[in-house]
Amino acid sequence: MSFLIDSSIMVTSQVLFFGFGWLFFMRKLFKDYEVRQYVVQVIFSVTFAFSCTMFELIIFEILGVLNSSSRYFHWKLNLCVILLILVFMVPFYIGYFVVSNIRLLHRQKLLFACVLWLTFMYFFWKLGDPFPILSPKHGILSIEQLISRVGVIGVTLMALLSGFGAVNCPYTYMSYFLRNVTDADILALERRLLQTMDMIVSKKKRIAVAHRTMFQRGEVHNKPTGFWGMIKSVTTSVSGSENLSLIQQEVDALEELSRQLFLETADLHATKERIEYSKTFQGKYFNFLGYFFSIYCVWKIFMATINIVFDRVGKTDPVTRGIEITVNYLGIQFDVKFWSQHISFILVGIIIVTSIRGLLITLTKFFYAISSSKSSNVIVLLLAQIMGMYFVSSVLLIRMSMPLEYRTIITEVLGELQFNFYHRWFDVIFLVSALSSILFLYLAHKQAPEKHMAL
Amino acid sequence: MAALDRVKVLVLGDSGVGKSLLVHLLCQNQVLGNPSWTVGCSVDVRIHDYKEGTPEEKTYYIELWDVGGSVGSATSVKSTRTVFYNLLNGIILVHDLTNKKSLQNLYRWSLEALNRDVAPTGVLVANGDYDREQFADNQIPLLVIETKLDQIPETKRNEVLTRTAFLAEDFNAEEINLDYTNPRYLAAGSSNAVKLSRFFDKVIEKRYFLRDGNQIPGFSERKRPISMRHAR
Repeated sequence: MSFLIDSSIMVTSQVLFFGFGWLFFMRKLFKDYEVRQYVVQVIFSVTFAFSCTMFELIIFEILGVLNSSSRYFHWKLNLCVILLILVFMVPFYIGYFVVSNIRLLHRQKLLFACVLWLTFMYFFWKLGDPFPILSPKHGILSIEQLISRVGVIGVTLMALLSGFGAVNCPYTYMSYFLRNVTDADILALERRLLQTMDMIVSKKKRIAVAHRTMFQRGEVHNKPTGFWGMIKSVTTSVSGSENLSLIQQEVDALEELSRQLFLETADLHATKERIEYSKTFQGKYFNFLGYFFSIYCVWKIFMATINIVFDRVGKTDPVTRGIEITVNYLGIQFDVKFWSQHISFILVGIIIVTSIRGLLITLTKFFYAISSSKSSNVIVLLLAQIMGMYFVSSVLLIRMSMPLEYRTIITEVLGELQFNFYHRWFDVIFLVSALSSILFLYLAHKQAPEKHMAL
Repeated sequence: MAALDRVKVLVLGDSGVGKSLLVHLLCQNQVLGNPSWTVGCSVDVRIHDYKEGTPEEKTYYIELWDVGGSVGSATSVKSTRTVFYNLLNGIILVHDLTNKKSLQNLYRWSLEALNRDVAPTGVLVANGDYDREQFADNQIPLLVIETKLDQIPETKRNEVLTRTAFLAEDFNAEEINLDYTNPRYLAAGSSNAVKLSRFFDKVIEKRYFLRDGNQIPGFSERKRPISMRHAR
C-alpha cells in the first residue's frame, strides 16, 4: 500500500519536472524557431524529468521520506530508464536528424540512422578500455558497464565546464579587467566601418556596370566551370574580365575587413555597457563577488593540485568534518544526527540547484550561439545528451559530499564502480581546464588592447 | 558610364531566412551556391531602369544592404547595427514560410530600422491586433518577401499564404512569394518581377522626385549620443 503511495508521489513529481522541461524548451531554447518535430521536445523534456528525479531521490534519501525499499526500487527504475534514453534513444535520433538534413541519403533515413548509431555504440564501448573503471566480473550489458562509461564522459564535461566557469566568473564580474572605452573610440571605429562599406559599394558598382555593358554588347559572362573550363579560361581570358576579377578580389578583402570592424565595434559597445553597469549598485555588488570568487577559484585549483600530487581522496565529507571540528575543537555540543541530516540536506540541495541552473544557462547560451534553422533539432538533442550525462555524473560525484549513512544507496544502486577514480579524473580535468582558461583569457585580454591602440 | 544616382534599400529579416540568397539573386541573377552566415552587413548593387520603356527612363543604382543578426541580439550588436540604418530609402522585409516566428519578428525588425521604440512586453502580438498607427505615417516604402515556398506541402499553401497576406496589409506593403530552386519566379515579365520593379520605382520616386531633390533624412531625428549633439 505504501508502495503505491510512494510511486504516485514519484510519478507526480516526474510529471511536474516534465512540464518544466517542456516550458523551458518552448520559452527559452526554441524562442526563435518553430517546433516542427515534437519528438525532439518530448525527448528533451523526458531526459530533464528523469535527471531531476534522480536528484529528488537523493534529497528523499537524506530526509528519510518514503519507504526505503520503494526508494531503492525507484532508483533502479530511474537509472535503467535514463541509461536507455542516453545510450539508445538520443544517439539514434541524433543520427536520424543528421541524416535527414543531408539530401542525398533521404531515401534510406532509417538505415543510415542505424549505421550511425552502431558507430556511436562502438566508440562508446571502446571508451571504457583505457580506464580502470570497474572490476572485470560483470556481464556485457549490465548497468555498471553503461554507467561507468557515461560517468567518464559526464565527469569530463563537468570538470571542463567547472574549470572554465571558475576562471571566467571572476574575470567577468570584476571591473579591474575592463578596458577603458570612450565614445570617441566608438565613433572613430563606426566611421571607419562606414568608409569601408562605401568603398565596397563603389567597387561593386563598377563591377555591375561592367557586367551590364558586357551583357548589352552580347558577350556572355562565362564562369569557368569544371576542369576543361578552367583550362580554356587560361588561354582565352578577356582583358575586361581580368580587371573584374582583380576588383572582385579587392571587394572580398574589403568585405573581410568590414566584418572585422563590425565585430570590433560590437565589442566596444559591449565593453562600454559593462563599464556603465559597473558604476551601478548592482555592478558594485558583482564586483565584490568577483573578488570573493577569485579567491575561491585559486583555492580550488590549489586543492586539486594537492589532491593529485599527494594522491589523496577525501575520506570524509565536508559536513561530517565540519561537525567534528565544531564539536571537538570549539566544544559546542549539539545533536549530531539531527544537524548532520539538515546541514547535508541544505548543502546537497544548494549544489544540485546551482548545478542545474548553471547547466541550463550555459546550454541556452551555447544554443543561441551555434544553432541555425537547419541544425536546431540536432543541436537540441546533443544538448539533451550532454545534460543527461552531466546529471548522471553529478550523482556519482555528489556521493562525496554526503555523510556515510546516505551514501549507501548510491553505492548499492550504482554497483561496484571505482568512485575514487572519478574524483581523481575530475581533479585532473578541472586543473587542465582551469589553467588553459587562464592562458586563453590572458591571451585574449592582451590582444584586444593592442588591436584597440592600433587604430 | 557616367556616375548614376543611388538609393539605399535595407534587407531585413531573421537569421537563416535567405536574405543573402535574395540579394545575390537580385544583383547577380544567379542562385548563390554556398551561403554562409552574414556577419555585420553585406552590400550588393543592382542597376535598375526607372520607368523602363517610357521616355523618362533613367538608370539608377540600387544598393541592397543585407544586415545580419537576429532581433534578439545583444544590445551591443543592436547599437552597432544602427550605423547601417542611416539615410535609408526603402526596406525589404524577408521571412521564411516554414517558420512562423520569422514572420512575427518582422514587426520588430521594421521598428528597429525605423528607429521607433518597441514596447517591452516580450509577447508577440497576433496578426490584426497590431497597432497600425505605428506605420500609418511611415514614408519609407516597404516590401515583404517570403522564401522557401517549395518546402511547404501543396495542401498547406493556401492557409500559409492568407496568413502572410494579413501581414503585408499591416505594413501597407506589397508581398512576393519566392522559391529559390525555381528561377522562373523572378523572371522578367512575371508578376513578381513587375512588383519588384514597381517597388524600386516607388523608392526612387520618394527619394528623388517628391521633395524637389531635397534629401529626406530617413526618419525624424536619428538617436545620437548626447555628447555628439552638443559637439556640433
